[in-house]
Amino acid sequence: MAKKILTEYINVPGIETFDAYRKQGGYTAAEKALKTMTPDEVVEEAKKSGVRGRGGAGFPMGMKWGFLAKPEGVPRYLVCNADESEPGTFKDHYLMKSIPHLLIEGMIIGSYALGAKKSFIYVRGELMYVIHILEKAIAEATAQGFLGKNILGTGYDLELVVQPGGGAYICGEETALLESLEGKRGNPRNKPPFPAVKGLYQSPTVVNNVESIANMPWIINNGSDAYAAIGIGRSTGTKLISASGHIQKPGVYEIELGVSVEEFLNSDEYCGGVRKGHHLKALVAGGSSVPILPANLIMKTANGEDRLMSYESLSDGGFATGTMLGSGGFIVFDETACIVRNTWNFARFYHHESCGQCSPCREGTGWMEKVLHRIEHGHGSMHDVDLLVDISKKIEGNTICPLGDAAAWPVASAIRHFRDEFIWHITNPYEASQPGAVYQGEMALV
Amino acid sequence: MTQWTLFGMEETKPQLIKITFDGIEVEVAPGTTIMEAARKIAEADESQAALVPPAMCYYKPLPTSGGKCRACLVKVAQGSAKDPRPMPKLIPSCITQVQEGMVVENITNQGVLDTRKSIVEFLLINHPLDCPICDQAGECHLQDFAFEHGSAKTRYEEDRRTFDKIDIGPHIQLHMTRCILCYRCVYTADQITDKRVHGVMNRGDASEISTYIEKAIDNDFSGNVIDVCPVGALTDKTYRFKNRVWFTKPEDAHRDCDKCCGKTTLWYRGDEVIRVTARKNTWGEVNDFICNTCRFEKKKTTDWVLEGPTKVKRSSVISANKYRADLIKKPDFALKLAATQFKPIDDTRDYVTDQETIRHQSIEDNDKANHRSLAAKNN
Repeated sequence: MAKKILTEYINVPGIETFDAYRKQGGYTAAEKALKTMTPDEVVEEAKKSGVRGRGGAGFPMGMKWGFLAKPEGVPRYLVCNADESEPGTFKDHYLMKSIPHLLIEGMIIGSYALGAKKSFIYVRGELMYVIHILEKAIAEATAQGFLGKNILGTGYDLELVVQPGGGAYICGEETALLESLEGKRGNPRNKPPFPAVKGLYQSPTVVNNVESIANMPWIINNGSDAYAAIGIGRSTGTKLISASGHIQKPGVYEIELGVSVEEFLNSDEYCGGVRKGHHLKALVAGGSSVPILPANLIMKTANGEDRLMSYESLSDGGFATGTMLGSGGFIVFDETACIVRNTWNFARFYHHESCGQCSPCREGTGWMEKVLHRIEHGHGSMHDVDLLVDISKKIEGNTICPLGDAAAWPVASAIRHFRDEFIWHITNPYEASQPGAVYQGEMALV
Repeated sequence: MTQWTLFGMEETKPQLIKITFDGIEVEVAPGTTIMEAARKIAEADESQAALVPPAMCYYKPLPTSGGKCRACLVKVAQGSAKDPRPMPKLIPSCITQVQEGMVVENITNQGVLDTRKSIVEFLLINHPLDCPICDQAGECHLQDFAFEHGSAKTRYEEDRRTFDKIDIGPHIQLHMTRCILCYRCVYTADQITDKRVHGVMNRGDASEISTYIEKAIDNDFSGNVIDVCPVGALTDKTYRFKNRVWFTKPEDAHRDCDKCCGKTTLWYRGDEVIRVTARKNTWGEVNDFICNTCRFEKKKTTDWVLEGPTKVKRSSVISANKYRADLIKKPDFALKLAATQFKPIDDTRDYVTDQETIRHQSIEDNDKANHRSLAAKNN
């Protein structure tokens, strides 16, 4: 069995209550941090553990904490980004509803490390029942003296607030999240200034993903060296992967970073292989935003090495032959899936979720969706394929926030690896526009 | 130099920062943006006006504006003297502050120009291009931007988004279809009123400038949203369809106004004042907002003290022959078409030539259509 950090006790009955969580050794890390360690030591532990942001970008969390500006007399905030709305990603949802106290303990440790007196958990609005679970857990922790004034007699005060979002994907971008938290329209801000200098209410702020913060209790209990020993290279620790699509056992799995993609997909411990009688066609390894890869490239890198589930290995080959770990949304397509239809679906999502602030993303996402719709429904023409590539290039890198990139990458990569299928849709408009029609030709190689 | 120093920094005599913009060296105060540095070059030497990045959303008198339209993206080839690495992405010049030794490439970089071309294309996707009936035509920033950087053809084939016209108060009309969502009017409304009555609703390309629940901005300075609008989305109802801008003659004038500075531009047709606007500077920006009384009600020459004809400098067709025939490159359509469309295309689709099949298909299609229309009727 692989090492489990987050989901070790997730199946213990009643783990969502304080007592059951405490019985499994919960809140010992918070006690240890608050009573025996200084805030700087906690930040140092986070740095040494090498834990990287689990929200998608993979930026080292300890470094992010280290960047926080600490001017005198200005409050500092820790904000937990639980606005998980990427298609294919559902790990934070599972973690929060199953074991809410793990997140709360992580928030106590993180807030203590950063010197925050008030911290926020921004949960997407659709997950109202999770918000109720979290609020109940916070009330329990407050009653037990782990939150509120003078925690455990150490003189440290912390108020934890759960804020429901409005259900917008864009509010998962950290500056849009902060705007939304301030009660404004969730538009991303121009950077610089970065949130570490001017974030929530113009004060220094750190925004972290649920899973990153939930790693902290284990790191404090077992030491950063033990954490850094798990995983491979600079991808330390474990990662929750939300597996979905045409597989035997969809669900959330905790893996040690460095497990090979083949093992994750085919072993009975994890996904259990592609559904019976079918074979793998394509795979999205990290949520809808990352480039899609065909079966041959996801198993082996362009150099012929085994592809591993780690930040470095998945991005091996850049965007030409690689992808990204992203937020860990593992979407599997077998040969019955139509790539054009899927790309259109993703483009439709990004069109719907673009905030409309900067022009390349606002207009470009809608344009891509319309062109893909046209191709999928048998009205495409040959130059549409190159037009899509051109639009995606014009959006990528020219927008305020990464949503533009996230909209451009799936389209660009789908055309890069499955151009034949797009061309088949254009040259066979009648067949392609039939419901359930899928290109049965030779699989695209690179 | 005083013009370019920031608040109260004159006393302290700050160390000036030297940057290179398109090969021209310029010294500016710390905290200046790249855009303002470029404007400084152009103001010192008018022949360099072409190298100022276009600004569709940035508006200097409105704090926090800018960074949205991406028209002013430039390449920073050298971040600063200390850290000479180039910046990986193109950066918006209107909100990025200069660093000592920064090297910026604007019109000297082909990548920047290509991006700018694509920004024009994006902005025009949902723009109705109804310039022939638009009041803003002739003083429209989007028109200038498209003329300078756009292409003569569109690749967009789908429907454009449309909205109904909305009245904002008795004098202003919002034609959202033309809007490019620069947010300037939102920031103006933020400045003139402490209530949030004017903002953006919805998301993405369905975003809409709106007054919440159709509530009019009830403010003496609401008319200024017309002046800040770079396109014809916000228009003056007392002036709509009265005249084309280039047939009118601007005159600077002032009056004693107890609400505003009273400094305006009167737009004459013959000896009739048909429009009053605030004074715009070289960059089409209004520094002194005027009140609604001056703008909408004082339309007689006797109300005003005339100062003489307005000097029109840049970005306007009423300046000397901006769209002069010999400046416009004639599109060599025949050649371009030949180059793009009639090259051999690898199109291997099977055309249906069998008349019987075609007939059957069309019958099927007709049946489906009939069925749909019947179903619609029955519903």
